[in-house]
Amino acid sequence: MNFAPKAVALCALLALAACNNPDKYGAGNGVVDPGGTYGDGGISQGSINDPNSPAYFNATIGDKVHFLVDQSTLTDEARTILSGQAQWLVGHPQYAAIIEGHADEQGTREYNLALGARRANSVQEYLISQGVAGSRLRTVSYGKERPLAVCSTESCFSQNRRAVTVISLGAGS
Amino acid sequence: MLRIVLAALAAVSLTSAPVLAQQGPLRIEITDGVIEPLPYALPGFVAETADAGKMAADITSVIAADLSGTGLFREIPQSAHIQRFASFETPVSYADWQAINAQALIVGGVAMSGGKVVVKFRLFDIYSGQQLGEGQQLAASAASWRRLAHKVADVIYSRITGESGYFDSRVVFVSESGPKNARAKRLALADYDGAGLQFLTDSSTIVFAPRFSPTGDKVIYTTYETGFPRIKLLDIANVRASLLPEVPGTMTFAPRFSPDGQWVVYSLEQGGNTDLYKMPVNGGAPVRLTNSPAIETAPSFSPDGARIVFESDRSGTQQLYIMPASGGEPTRISFGEGRYGTPVWSPRGDLVAFTKQHAGRFHIGVMRTDGSEERLLTSSFLDEGPTWSPNGRVIMFTRQSAGAEAVSNLYSVDISGRNLKKVDAVGQASDPAWSPLLP
Repeated sequence: MNFAPKAVALCALLALAACNNPDKYGAGNGVVDPGGTYGDGGISQGSINDPNSPAYFNATIGDKVHFLVDQSTLTDEARTILSGQAQWLVGHPQYAAIIEGHADEQGTREYNLALGARRANSVQEYLISQGVAGSRLRTVSYGKERPLAVCSTESCFSQNRRAVTVISLGAGS
Repeated sequence: MLRIVLAALAAVSLTSAPVLAQQGPLRIEITDGVIEPLPYALPGFVAETADAGKMAADITSVIAADLSGTGLFREIPQSAHIQRFASFETPVSYADWQAINAQALIVGGVAMSGGKVVVKFRLFDIYSGQQLGEGQQLAASAASWRRLAHKVADVIYSRITGESGYFDSRVVFVSESGPKNARAKRLALADYDGAGLQFLTDSSTIVFAPRFSPTGDKVIYTTYETGFPRIKLLDIANVRASLLPEVPGTMTFAPRFSPDGQWVVYSLEQGGNTDLYKMPVNGGAPVRLTNSPAIETAPSFSPDGARIVFESDRSGTQQLYIMPASGGEPTRISFGEGRYGTPVWSPRGDLVAFTKQHAGRFHIGVMRTDGSEERLLTSSFLDEGPTWSPNGRVIMFTRQSAGAEAVSNLYSVDISGRNLKKVDAVGQASDPAWSPLLP
């Protein structure tokens, strides 16, 4: 059986931010992950009790914000979380971030991809407005391809309409 | 082997005294009014060489599956047949077929000859007591026997309905496996009925929404292999693929070919905003087609290449619009309740198929290109992404069930809304795109 040539060893070829292939979930299927690790941007996560650790960023500040149905406007709750994210990123310039936008399954595939991009962009713009250099941020949308919660009711949909700020080591580090 | 070589496929007149092509009573006008399928008899094709027995049986069964699968024809079981054909040349006893209420009779023979399969067949109109059209002979390599059977069924379908068939065609789609939150996806190809499944990519990254080139030899699709959605063009014959150029820092997705195969229309996202562009397939500068702060995606060319139907949420929700293929002011065509997406122009040019989302349900529907005569064909928790059969009579789409253990399958339905069925043979799948009729 023939396959299309696989994309491996992309890190050497791609620009820095893309080096942490954000399709970490795709790598969970027992195949090569160009980024080398799953979901941590290839970096040590550290302890959630250490305010300088990505683990602290993810768990204590919160790496996710949520959105209303078919919306990309930031809620007050989202702004609070993102302000915390921005403060941390400003204080830890060695890190960069990829912002993933996601949608729930209640939409068509390509529209949801565009909607996820809107959500990721809302987060990116807010972080920039809070002092994070745009050069440290990149966005990607997964549309409805990577739900976090798998039920088909609003309790899951509301968790899946999200943007996730994934920390990675940035330039020069 | 990925490539099916159809060598020396010849359509040759068999009969020494050809019957005039006639428009007898044996005719189905495919309209919404057709409900009672036409009864036909298909005796097992006669094995004309000693080694052709299994091939003859297999070909007969594929022809029957094609015809009966349309919902327009009903096979009279062979156990009810009175006349038996010892030879392809055995004269037809019309009374024997009238007695079991057959309206059409198909008689055929299969021979193996130097690694090739040779199939010949005749179609008879039982009530008018004569042959319908000329006998035909087709030959191909043994590996292509299914295509031969599909071609025979296409001819029969065409003679009885007056429209071209769709059986000798393929579907490219996304094969799915694994849990809902880490779904593995890979591009796959199969005959329209799900037979002959082949994979075109591995499952190392997300892929979606493949489309055939107008000649059916290439596939264009969206892949995450760089970590970001990008458009890739794959040559089916050698399974080689290459990424189309992109603007750094953007996402590109939802590619479709123009009918002349020269252009790809697609969505480009930059700074959170998604617009439509087109670029020459063989390189050259992209042309921007829309310029709005809304989401514009899911484009589809009209068959004449002059216009593009697409979806936009510029009104506040997803709706369907048509614009000239060069860009310019679009006209909204969807005005019903709910959200409309994934428009696909029919091969005949008269209809647009779409996905409609309303009151928590998804539907596949069709409307005229001016938005009139909207009809919903399906309803479920999640139906999306219609694609047209080459003759514009059948629509295939993705149906996903609800819940943590959700499954995703390909389904097809007539544009009358009848004959809904699952394309079972390919397993879990999504995003089908139907090829043109194969050459």
